[in-house]
Amino acid sequence: MDKDKIEELTGAELVVRTLNDLGVDIIFGYPGGAVLPIYDVIFSQEKLRHILVRHEQGAVHAAEGYARSTGKVGVVLVTSGPGATNAVTGLTDALMDSVPLVCFTGQVATHLIGNDAFQEADTTGITRPCTKHNYLVKDINDLHSIIHEAFYVARAGRPGPVVIDLPKDIQLTTVGYNDKIPLKNTSYNPKTEGDVEVINSASKLISEAEKPIIYSGGGVINSGLDASKLLIDLAKYTGFPITSTLMGLGAFPSSDSQFLGMLGMHGTYEANMAMHQADLIIAIGSRFDDRITGRLDAFSPNSKKIHIDIDPSSINKNVSVDIPIIGDIAKVLHPMLAILKNKYNVDKTKTKHWWSQINDWRKINCLSYIQGNETIKPQYAIETLYKLTKDMDARITTEVGQHQMWAAQFYKFEKPNRWMTSGGLGTMGYGLPAAIGVQLAHPKSLVVDIAGEASILMNIQEISTAVQYRLPVKIFILNNGYMGMVRQWQELLHGGRYSESYTEALPDFVKLAESFHAFGIRVIDPDDLESSIKKMIDYDGPVILDVVVDPDENCFPMIPSGSAHNEMMLGKEKDLPKLSKEGLALV
Amino acid sequence: MSELDRRSRRHTIAILVDNESGVLARVIGLFSGRGYNIESLTVAETDKAKSLSRVTIVTSGTPMVIEQIKAQLSRLVPVHRVSDLTTEGSSVERELAMIKVVGIGENRVESLRIADIFRARVVDSSRNSFVFELTGTAQKINAFIELMTDLGLVDVSRTGIVAISRGSNPL
Repeated sequence: MDKDKIEELTGAELVVRTLNDLGVDIIFGYPGGAVLPIYDVIFSQEKLRHILVRHEQGAVHAAEGYARSTGKVGVVLVTSGPGATNAVTGLTDALMDSVPLVCFTGQVATHLIGNDAFQEADTTGITRPCTKHNYLVKDINDLHSIIHEAFYVARAGRPGPVVIDLPKDIQLTTVGYNDKIPLKNTSYNPKTEGDVEVINSASKLISEAEKPIIYSGGGVINSGLDASKLLIDLAKYTGFPITSTLMGLGAFPSSDSQFLGMLGMHGTYEANMAMHQADLIIAIGSRFDDRITGRLDAFSPNSKKIHIDIDPSSINKNVSVDIPIIGDIAKVLHPMLAILKNKYNVDKTKTKHWWSQINDWRKINCLSYIQGNETIKPQYAIETLYKLTKDMDARITTEVGQHQMWAAQFYKFEKPNRWMTSGGLGTMGYGLPAAIGVQLAHPKSLVVDIAGEASILMNIQEISTAVQYRLPVKIFILNNGYMGMVRQWQELLHGGRYSESYTEALPDFVKLAESFHAFGIRVIDPDDLESSIKKMIDYDGPVILDVVVDPDENCFPMIPSGSAHNEMMLGKEKDLPKLSKEGLALV
Repeated sequence: MSELDRRSRRHTIAILVDNESGVLARVIGLFSGRGYNIESLTVAETDKAKSLSRVTIVTSGTPMVIEQIKAQLSRLVPVHRVSDLTTEGSSVERELAMIKVVGIGENRVESLRIADIFRARVVDSSRNSFVFELTGTAQKINAFIELMTDLGLVDVSRTGIVAISRGSNPL
């Protein structure tokens, strides 16, 4: 098209056209009064595929699943008022887990704003603290540049969700359009190149370390495939042990002998002990979250700490570090590897003693469990699922709770973008809509939502979406009848008083699946588990596999809140932990 | 962490922001949402051509908290520049106050005399009241208010601190 040719478009047409220009192929949404003009445009075009969810929270989680499995920006369209407020949980989730999203919310006409009009909510006010940035479009002439800027902001630096609040009258006003890309915002320019001097001092520390550990996180995955490759190069070149946060799983292959498993509250014994005893921690795209550190004043007391992160506000937030490197992971690791190889030369024999110590910790076999003949152990269910799907192109989402931790412990991820879970916010109800987003982005992959029977009920309505679009997502429920993680804390920390953590009247998940025109299977006998999982995989359509598991199983190892890395419970202790008042106050 | 690092200290922070709707709410929301103090806050447009406003915030915290505040402010999209005037070289701070004092007789005369010592100006007067205008450091204004308390002080309006670095460099 001629660059200078000006077309007359309505605001609604401009939205769809700009999304086309930006290469957006899928939008997740739910219509309503304040976005009808945009839906009218969507009706008469084919480039932009709209996925109709059943609840706006589902739209945002689906967009998150799409974004996290592709590295692209997820796009959402919801109406004003309740449409926008329903999206808030998803937006907060995306903010906490650094997921790039752009969410369009309808708004009442500009002259009605502030008048308590029907379905009016102060969307920019409500979403200000739960988005990376938000816009209220008051002038049609700003719309084109705002959309481009929103995509730039969502992606740039540490990614996050951006809201564009779009009054209905703006959607109906016409404006001149050409496909020249408007100038981007100039005040937001995050630093991506690391400071070479600082990378040099970090490299020197790395070459001198005797008890080092790499602690990698979701930032590696957000940085892109190059970052994961460079992380592997760094680990292989140095021979250092490596552990990962929940969000970072898959950046480094879990089956590799240098991988110690996940660290933190439900991390492995060897990973947490190594963090505690290390003389050097190399934090890469991770943020020293409270799930990771345990009691702060006892966190890795004798180590120097290098912290690579794109977000300067992540540095020294919880843990004071010796060498902060601000920049994009790939753009820091690349020169770091070059400096290490050319200047310092890491001697692998230096860490020989450290490795023998780590291998001793490994012998504790902290993830062991006993699978009897009677009931299915949840760990066994996930191990079996892993065994039967590991050679397929499988992508896993989860809800939140015990099943999520078991999935992180027992499902081995070899590549990035295969694992989508709600880490920061811990949103029950994330997994099913996220799986829908993942499946749309990867039609040929096997997408499994590892769920609990309580979490799945929080967004169960989205099965209807999966059925409508023929998305063969598999819902793998570890059904123990309890809100398992709540029950576990009540058992260990609240004297076994199971206050409101048991669901008396669960649905029959097989019939529930059938009522949605999906396929339902229930399995109780450990001997039937494999065949049931195979049936689930083979069925061409959405499936609920209701795995009835041991209701009393707990998730170990566990660092009780307010405790240190070397105060893990392995599940074989006779005495319950005695928590301080401060510890009990922690989540 | 040393004892020194845990000590809370007062900092004056200057922030250059786009003058757009909601920008002040973003700054204030960040402080309330993350539990930082605001001792005083002033804001006004300072560059009409570029549509920029300058916010001056007086806050307090340990060095780690102050570092967080600056990093968090810097990542707000409409923020162009954040400067800690307390640590980045020396700076000048001023505040303006208007103070209403009601009284007759000896108290009225005494309030005028003190105002003269403080170089406060009378900007409004009735038969039984004055409004004084006073510029200076916050300490100077506090001292003036304290003296006026016994002389019929009824109302105070203060701008909060504005500050600028010494020397030739701009923000």
